[in-house]
Amino acid sequence: MPTLATNPVVERLRRLLPTGRVLEGDAQVAAYECDALTAFRATPLAVVVPETQDEVIAIVRFCRDERLPFVARGSGTSLSGAAAPVPGGIVIAMNRVSRIIRIDSQQRVAVVEAGIVNAAISMAVAAHGLHFAPDPSSALICTLGGNIALNAGGAHCLKYGMTSNHVLGLKAVLATGEVVTFGGPSREQVGPDWTGLFVGNEGLFGIALEATVQLLPKPECFHTVLAGYRNVEQAGEAVAAIVASGLLPGAIEIMEKLALDAAVAAVHAEYPAGCEAVLIVELEGTREAVAADRARLDAVLAASQPVEVRPARDAVDRAAIWKGRKSAFSAVGRLSPDFIVQDGVVPRRRLGEALRKIGEWSREMGVRCANVFHAGDGNLHPLILYNGAVPGDLQRAEALAGRILKLCVEMGGSITGEHGVGVEKREFLPVMFNPDEMDCLRRVRAAFDPLGIANQGKMFPPAPADASAPAHSGSAPAQA
Amino acid sequence: MTPATSLPAPATIDELIALVRGTPRLIAVGAGTKPRLSQVADAYARVAMTRLSGITEYEPSEFTITALAGTPLREIVAALAERGQYLPFDPLLVKAGATLGGTVAAGLSGPGRLRYGALRDFIIGVRLVDGEARLLRLGGKVVKNAAGFDLPKFLVGSAGRFGVMAELSFKVFPRPAATRTLRLEAPDAAAKAEILMAASAARWELDALDAAVGEGAVFARLAGPETALEPLARDILQRWRGAVMTPGDASYLWQSVTELSWAHTGGALVKVALTPAAVPAFVAFVQTRGARGWVSAAGNLGLLSLPPAAAVETLEWPALTLRGAGPLWAGPAPRFEIMRAVKTALDAAGRFPGLDD
Repeated sequence: MPTLATNPVVERLRRLLPTGRVLEGDAQVAAYECDALTAFRATPLAVVVPETQDEVIAIVRFCRDERLPFVARGSGTSLSGAAAPVPGGIVIAMNRVSRIIRIDSQQRVAVVEAGIVNAAISMAVAAHGLHFAPDPSSALICTLGGNIALNAGGAHCLKYGMTSNHVLGLKAVLATGEVVTFGGPSREQVGPDWTGLFVGNEGLFGIALEATVQLLPKPECFHTVLAGYRNVEQAGEAVAAIVASGLLPGAIEIMEKLALDAAVAAVHAEYPAGCEAVLIVELEGTREAVAADRARLDAVLAASQPVEVRPARDAVDRAAIWKGRKSAFSAVGRLSPDFIVQDGVVPRRRLGEALRKIGEWSREMGVRCANVFHAGDGNLHPLILYNGAVPGDLQRAEALAGRILKLCVEMGGSITGEHGVGVEKREFLPVMFNPDEMDCLRRVRAAFDPLGIANQGKMFPPAPADASAPAHSGSAPAQA
Repeated sequence: MTPATSLPAPATIDELIALVRGTPRLIAVGAGTKPRLSQVADAYARVAMTRLSGITEYEPSEFTITALAGTPLREIVAALAERGQYLPFDPLLVKAGATLGGTVAAGLSGPGRLRYGALRDFIIGVRLVDGEARLLRLGGKVVKNAAGFDLPKFLVGSAGRFGVMAELSFKVFPRPAATRTLRLEAPDAAAKAEILMAASAARWELDALDAAVGEGAVFARLAGPETALEPLARDILQRWRGAVMTPGDASYLWQSVTELSWAHTGGALVKVALTPAAVPAFVAFVQTRGARGWVSAAGNLGLLSLPPAAAVETLEWPALTLRGAGPLWAGPAPRFEIMRAVKTALDAAGRFPGLDD
């Protein structure tokens, strides 16, 4: 078949898949050059589009035999560059490996393929009164495989935990070509938690093909409150008071002024006037429990010096509150041509201190920064604004991002709560882990991937001569 | 077996590291409440972890606690209770003296894990002495963390085969204000399975849902604000026949479950990874062998007790022997190349027993 391809590796790759499912050339692969962290770009050799698990297995074994780096990618919503291609490697687009294999509503589990969209799982089981709890902000487009790779979070992690807590079993093809099944339909597990180890591997072990996920009954009732505060410290104190009261809300979120302005501009969200920060608290559960907890929450909030407290009156109100919050990341795009979404974690009691420092540095460095965060988890999401067309702007934004990440570690936290290390934060992993610990992580990676072909260049800082990582773009001088 | 009192017993992490460095083959032992985990070949020296004890960091406002591996669970449970908090995975054998490290090594969670998840869902960090006697801090001390591979979770159920856990960090939750336990009538195994599945999927958000193999009953526990529990209990009793247990009876029941006091003295005890639909088969298995059994976590956890001298046989479900002779992994255990490779990555010299020992 005549094509523009002359690369013999690609020619051999084509023999594994039906016509039209190996994409190459600048035009065809352009959409795959980066994930949602657009500052990092690389051109893959080709993009392959498998439709079955067997095709994925055949592709990975081909990569192993050819020593060809590969990156599995779902919808590309990763914010850490974890799904960015490796230059000269291939991208395995998993979106079509997305069947629902089995829904067992009685035992509350579903077996689904990794390319399924997160929200599609909850939609498929909604009629049974069940849902899949992990809900990253990108739930409407991100795939389960990506959630598994990064151990994604979302607003409800405080109560329900991260993706890992909901994955009971896995079938995966490892970078060695070995196909494994870990765990199973039981919520109990026996022996080392292989499923738990695989979740959060950032694509460095191999590719999840299918997962057995646990389903939970949909909460019967929600009580969602939006409270506005004059400043973010007061909002933070309200969080501390809620936690101290013994309540366990499903979600506790804070948005700062700049993010509020963005949400107003983007989705016409409405917030109380004169507020520098809003707090969103959501109770959920049986109507009896929510009624009892609601009275306690109302009392705690009333004592927290709010400018205004707005409980959602109905489902429409609740949806409006969450729409403003969940669109905050994309909405910031209206305020700035480019931005970095950071993802550090600090102990909750140090949130106020962390935010003060971020504010000081932001002013001092002349870089605008909008804070949105999962306050219940201490998970900060500073949205650091820059203009890629202005020389030096990206570097200033990255410098601020780096200072924030180091601060998180110094405070006893983490460089990532839910987005993963990816390519963006790999140089900071050794800030969290000492050389012995890094060595341990590298050895575990090497056990799964002795050739180092699975998502090469991610999570671990490169050795000095390693050129395998995706390159900076935007206004970076390296591109010039 | 060497008496526990004569075992080397490090009192600090530094002493533990030195001991590991100087011992070519070893296995850590806690309070010995799950003795099968450390019944390994004589070549492996046993190291007592009970002196490596104490809560090292507790931040109620963070919902986190860190303790040395040999800390008795009862100390942790008591410290948390003082601040109105608890370990939602509801550990077993607290009164019997089980340690935190042994509980993690066995991967044991109690009936309360139904609502928020098992031990694996609450462990956030570990300090591990690996096969090269290096002290590694894996995971962290904050409730949300995605940096690096999740080795703390991997060590749950690992039975000391990859290293010695020196210190562990957990996420904790505020303890519900009140509880009610209902005894629901379930004459046979099919009725039990039906109630377990329907009740765990219903709106009530049950805190625990267990079934006794030898009794025609399912036990459902509600937990939450006091005023919510009566109407919820009434609602459940409209669906199934049964009654609210007295606080004394309920307390006796759950203590019997968490302390495994229903099991044979001196017999074998096996933890089984079950599914709700397999409950009738599990019940039949227990009954035809003259054994005793308990079903927990809405049919996801089976506990099997055999009388003294009865050997643990191979089961059709994944299973772990906690007490008694017989295979450590008593059920089907898949073997993949990667399992050996990861064991080698963490313990190249084979300082700790292998996965088959």
